[in-house]
Amino acid sequence: MDKPLELKTGTIADAIAALKEKYPGAVKDDSRQGYSGIVVDKSKLVEVATAIRDELGFDYLSSATGVDYFGISDHMEVVYHAYRTSGGAALVFKAQTGRENAEIPSLTPVWPGADFQEREIWDLYGIKFPGHPNLKRILMWEGFAGHPMRKDWKEAYYEEEHKPFGSRWPGGWVHRAEELNVYGHNVTYPADLDLSKLNDASEEALYSGMGLGVNVTQLDDETALKVDRLVVNLGPHHPSTHGVFRMVVTLNGETIELLEPVMGYLHRNHEKIGERNTFLHNMPFTDRLDYIASMSNNLGYALAVEQLLARGARWQPPSYRAEVIRVLMVELTRIVNHYWAIGFFLNDLGAFFTPALYAIAEREKILDFFEATAGSRMMCNYMRFGGVFKDIPERIRGVANLLNDQVRDFNTMDYLTELINDRIPRSIDELDRLLTDSEIIRSRCIGVGYLPPEMAVAYSCAGPLLRASGVPYDVRRAEPYSIYPELDFDVAVRYNGDLYDRYLLRLDEMRESVRILKQVLPRLEATKGQNVFGPAQHTPRVPVGESYGRVENPKGELGYYVVSNGIGEEASKGPQNPWRYHVRAPSFINLTALGAMCKGHKVADVVAILGSIDIVLGETDR
Amino acid sequence: MSEIQLREIHSTEFPIPMELQDNLAITSLSKIYNWARRQSMWPLLFGLACCAIEMIATAASRYDLSRFGMEVMRGSPRQSDLMIVSGTVTKKMVVPIVRLYNQMPEPRYVLAMGACASGGGPFKEGYNVVSGIDKYVPVDVYVPGCPPTPQALLYGLIALQKKIDGQSLANMDDVPWYGVGPSEPTPIPVLGPDIIDPRQRDLIRQQAERAAAGLPYAVRELPQIKPAAPKKATTPKPTAPAPAVATEAVDPAKAERLAKREAALAKKRAAEGGAAPAAETPAPVAEAAPAPAAAAEPASGEKPKFDKAAMLEKIRQRKASKQ
Repeated sequence: MDKPLELKTGTIADAIAALKEKYPGAVKDDSRQGYSGIVVDKSKLVEVATAIRDELGFDYLSSATGVDYFGISDHMEVVYHAYRTSGGAALVFKAQTGRENAEIPSLTPVWPGADFQEREIWDLYGIKFPGHPNLKRILMWEGFAGHPMRKDWKEAYYEEEHKPFGSRWPGGWVHRAEELNVYGHNVTYPADLDLSKLNDASEEALYSGMGLGVNVTQLDDETALKVDRLVVNLGPHHPSTHGVFRMVVTLNGETIELLEPVMGYLHRNHEKIGERNTFLHNMPFTDRLDYIASMSNNLGYALAVEQLLARGARWQPPSYRAEVIRVLMVELTRIVNHYWAIGFFLNDLGAFFTPALYAIAEREKILDFFEATAGSRMMCNYMRFGGVFKDIPERIRGVANLLNDQVRDFNTMDYLTELINDRIPRSIDELDRLLTDSEIIRSRCIGVGYLPPEMAVAYSCAGPLLRASGVPYDVRRAEPYSIYPELDFDVAVRYNGDLYDRYLLRLDEMRESVRILKQVLPRLEATKGQNVFGPAQHTPRVPVGESYGRVENPKGELGYYVVSNGIGEEASKGPQNPWRYHVRAPSFINLTALGAMCKGHKVADVVAILGSIDIVLGETDR
Repeated sequence: MSEIQLREIHSTEFPIPMELQDNLAITSLSKIYNWARRQSMWPLLFGLACCAIEMIATAASRYDLSRFGMEVMRGSPRQSDLMIVSGTVTKKMVVPIVRLYNQMPEPRYVLAMGACASGGGPFKEGYNVVSGIDKYVPVDVYVPGCPPTPQALLYGLIALQKKIDGQSLANMDDVPWYGVGPSEPTPIPVLGPDIIDPRQRDLIRQQAERAAAGLPYAVRELPQIKPAAPKKATTPKPTAPAPAVATEAVDPAKAERLAKREAALAKKRAAEGGAAPAAETPAPVAEAAPAPAAAAEPASGEKPKFDKAAMLEKIRQRKASKQ
């Protein structure tokens, strides 16, 4: 009908203006205070989204998430963040619906990457997506009562709307949540519980779509081999699923016909708890998302809240030294994560534990540094809004590192210099030497699990998975944050999109991280003595609005969508608790492509393909 | 181990000449049983969440679990003795966990690693989180921490070894798996509108009936305690009677099981010809149980006087019974 817009470069404002011109009435500015982007009429959503993808060039749907504005304006909305793979800021668009019979058309035909995210919104918010091919619960089980992220849904151990809870206030009366619960367990049942029908419907719902039995289309074919189809379950207790992940596959002979990932076995209600918490409370919780890379989780959340805080009056941005320390920590984390990923990828290929032991040996050295700095090996809880909570120590010592009955004691800078200039590069080279040319690895990996670049973008894949398919997209370059603009490094890219390239890409990325760290060391030396944390903000009042902070996590783009809003007086003073706290988890969204990648491969390759995605369940299920 | 350390299992009652001590041991059956079992504790290769990473680090080169005979992590529950519940237990995951526990052959042990497995941890309030695996399966050792460091996990495993050392084959509370008949499997929870523990079915039914009748249901009221008042009043108050709803929380399945075991024990004793003295099993050695002496105190609320001579006598008796 109309001519296409053809505006593949240019600013977000241009794009919005063009959209408003093309769809008058259906596209409006989001005029709420502190919000940005556009609100699209839901009847035109698919049409507008197609235009955003094809005509404006926002081909990468980063995140789709629901928000419930119960009590503020009594509607629910779905927020989409679309990016150009050439880089730049996000086009944020929203679709709104009433709370009763909530429905928003599905965007899976436009971006297949919306698949799991829409299922999650259905599961947690109860918004239906007409047009979605497989709209089932994803994190909770089929048959669970209610949609728990709705604001009026109360959990079994519900105490109060926001922390700090009155019952836990010093001087007040403290009681445990289970004392109030008649069952003693963390359960609550709906009033109309029908006890005659207490059965587990979740497994039936899962297996019904898997296509058991004989392939009827092949029965008439005289030449074809008659094979039965077999449904095999893998997980949630399995050594090679990297945690409590589960897959159900339909096999034809030994070839995968259909693969359905089943998750939620580690769904620990990160986002619901996050909305009860104050802003700062959430920082230690982010550690437990991707528990191998806690430092970079911290950074993403700090960036998201700092965007909001920067709109207020009393705001000091982090000092230069704080930014340097942040980059130091984040890049060390990336190296830890890739050691782990490579070691356990080899585990999945059948080299049981020996390569992993080599790979994670050097990790202990880095964790010692984390422990000396933040006080914990894994759950560092180190970053704060406006800096990091503590400078790196003068010396690293600890009883954990006894050497001939003596406490080890190192000068931190010497320790880091040796680690970065000597130990880490050496161990990367060692891994490279031992593994890369191994005949077994080459024959198991080359050409397996191919993911073409168009598909990687369409499925919203991120991180090494995307870059190994030849898309040079890295948030550190596409939308730079912290001091990355002044650092000299390359975005690692490989072009074959198979397991081998994903493995090689992780080695490349570790080398790039070492390159960054070598530039960080002199900056660390030069900024010695600078303040790392501005005026302490323990329970800051955060200006009303929304923000989306994202970082390049080792596993891909980690985004935090944070809404600061409240009812009545709270909104005008600035809320202390987030209204909405959503995590765009790379592991979760990367899994969308798993089924497509595995189709046609043998059953033994599934575990290897899963290992090459490098998922972590804390983040997948949140 | 190339050489068996026989000295470890020597019984002090029977002195053995010095030159024979490396070749000969006289010991009790319990001791040699426990000694063998504690040295080959095979954990289930089973990770849940963050703690699993530290568990792997414990098994890796630096901390090296194999020093304790525990490095043989088995993928199958049928081959393992110890379940390390390493991470947050969700309602969706507790179903497979209970099933895995039932599949483990006895004697089996459970170690709750970290805050989440012990009591829900930071995620306790969450709607999909089980506040501690001990709500469903019995736990032998709790290791605090979030996550516990590898050292802490090693300490927990050593604590488990000590617990095994203290078990006596003569005490059926210690080693119920050598009792009469097969032990009952833990009932597997059902995923309904919320997770349903089959052991609580009666309670759930009662509450559902109350709800259907329009009565208040599924709420339990705490005794009202004024935060400011109790400072001066030290006289023991009669505890407020718990509301009617609360008293029904006694688990009938558990009571039945206990009664069954008592009956079986009595039968066994009768079969042995009444050889076992009546006061054979004084106090259960369950780790979590508080000292039974406290329960025997008069309920007047008066602070009991410390009697040193009686206490010493008690300690001596306990030592003698252990020997």
